[in-house]
Amino acid sequence: MADTANPHASGQPTRRDFLTLTAVATGVVGAGAAVWPFIDSLNPAKDTLALSTTDVDLAPIQPGQRVTVIWRGKPVFIDHRTPEEIEKARQVDVNALPDPEPDEARVQKPEWLVVVGVCTHLGCIPLGQKTGDARGEFGGWFCPCHGSVYDTSGRIRQGPAPANLTVPQYTFTSDTTIRIG
Amino acid sequence: MAAPVAQNRLVRWIDHRLPVFTFLDHELHQYPTPRNLSYWWNFGSLAGIMLVIMIFSGIFLAMHYTPHKDLAFDSVERIMRDVNFGWLMRYIHMNGASFFFIATYIHIFRGLYYGSYKEPRELLWMLGVVILILMMATAFMGYVLPWGQMSYWGATVITNLFSAIPWIGEDIVTLLWGGFTVDNPTLNRFFSLHYLLPFVIVGVVVLHLVALHQHGSNNPLGIDRKGPQDSIPFHPYYTIKDMYGLAVFLLVYAAMVFYAPNFLGDPANYEPANPLVTPPHIVPEWYFLPFYAILRAIPNKLLGVVAMFGAILILFALPWLDRSRVRSARFRPVYKWFFWLLVIDCVVLTWVGANPPEGKFILIGRIATFWYFFHFLILVPLIGVLERPLPLPTSISAAVLGKGGPKLAGAGAPMEKP
Repeated sequence: MADTANPHASGQPTRRDFLTLTAVATGVVGAGAAVWPFIDSLNPAKDTLALSTTDVDLAPIQPGQRVTVIWRGKPVFIDHRTPEEIEKARQVDVNALPDPEPDEARVQKPEWLVVVGVCTHLGCIPLGQKTGDARGEFGGWFCPCHGSVYDTSGRIRQGPAPANLTVPQYTFTSDTTIRIG
Repeated sequence: MAAPVAQNRLVRWIDHRLPVFTFLDHELHQYPTPRNLSYWWNFGSLAGIMLVIMIFSGIFLAMHYTPHKDLAFDSVERIMRDVNFGWLMRYIHMNGASFFFIATYIHIFRGLYYGSYKEPRELLWMLGVVILILMMATAFMGYVLPWGQMSYWGATVITNLFSAIPWIGEDIVTLLWGGFTVDNPTLNRFFSLHYLLPFVIVGVVVLHLVALHQHGSNNPLGIDRKGPQDSIPFHPYYTIKDMYGLAVFLLVYAAMVFYAPNFLGDPANYEPANPLVTPPHIVPEWYFLPFYAILRAIPNKLLGVVAMFGAILILFALPWLDRSRVRSARFRPVYKWFFWLLVIDCVVLTWVGANPPEGKFILIGRIATFWYFFHFLILVPLIGVLERPLPLPTSISAAVLGKGGPKLAGAGAPMEKP
């Protein structure tokens, strides 16, 4: 090809530039559309999502008793709190907490605390569910991995964890049953 | 004359130490290719792309699949129903196997027609046959994985072929099964090998390409390139031609995946494997049918198995069976007709393989099987000696540009990149 016939030399966009750009753009969109199903296949499947609620009967849980249930493969701590524990959780100066949150905002009924039992630091499961477990100095939970201490509202009080134990979405389906998720 | 690969300093720095860019430029960009390749030359790269699609979709399927006899079928159904786009991945993989074989079979027949197996491309051809055998093994083991009725009984029949080997046959079959029937150990090892073999295929494909690039592609005229006027650079001329062919091929493939995903499959494989009930009519996937027909055509267990494997292995000997020095069937007036007879013969074998071995199919299957071997063992050597080929053109460019046609300015000169 002689250079004089080459429109590139003049710096003008050519029909070929247009074709190249549209072809590449179409190819990119097509490749994205082809790759997306494969990426999305790595997301939770429908049967996994179908198992994402857990029903819990609260009736047999005595005051002061803590129960662990499984929700989405993770432990959920259900604490039937005694009036003293509720009192303890509500006396705290909220603004002095690392992750300020009043106890009232973390429960639907004061005697029932429901939190995801996964430490917000690096995902260990805090101690405190069984009798005889170390509960830490605030009477809540104590994470043995890196020493995070939670109070009776599941809020972080000491240690490296950045946030309170997560309160999952749940609803009271009757007076004594909840559905988590 | 090696042109500087790139102006980019980083590229030059890397290339000086690891000459990947020089290599790619040499093998994909400049790589001189006959200027007269037809669309029949698209199917090699199409098969290569199908291999990539199969590995890619297969890796994602393996993330959701469970290789256990009690769980495999359900895990495949879970892929179909629950995994996001799982149905699409599985249909891509399932139909991909068929389209991989379509591309490969056309690629092989193209080689047969244009004599691509002849000197100096014998090893290139033989590596291709190795790839075909590996593909068949991989496809067979992949078909077992869903653990449906056809999976189970196909596996039973095919592994039992080895019991035909005298004296040690039964022991070999027990070894293949890891038990006394097709069972969980069989499924486990088939899954392992089904994952491994595609990467072995990739390795042989690399050798296939090294052998190809040593002498370059054959061409529809079957004559050697005699100089730069017979060649054009691979890029952009054949990259664009390959891409256009790919788009058409993928269109057909996508039509199957989306509108007729089970057209080539067998409904019996949507029934979970039952070791106590054999389906009334066992058929392999379509790409095995000609070989299955050959197996059943011979009324002796051992000889049937020998004939079936021989039908593939005979391709290894083809470069030496064909005595003709002329490659392209375009200049072989007799061979040309027998090539098409062989194509028809293979179609007939496919048809016979799909039908139960009774009535007319027995006779037709035997005639077609006879013809297959007669073609390769008798006709090909004989025609090679007896046939009088047409005169070959003096060069590719002379033939392409025509004798009496208008002389184009610059025609016959080496083609350059635009």
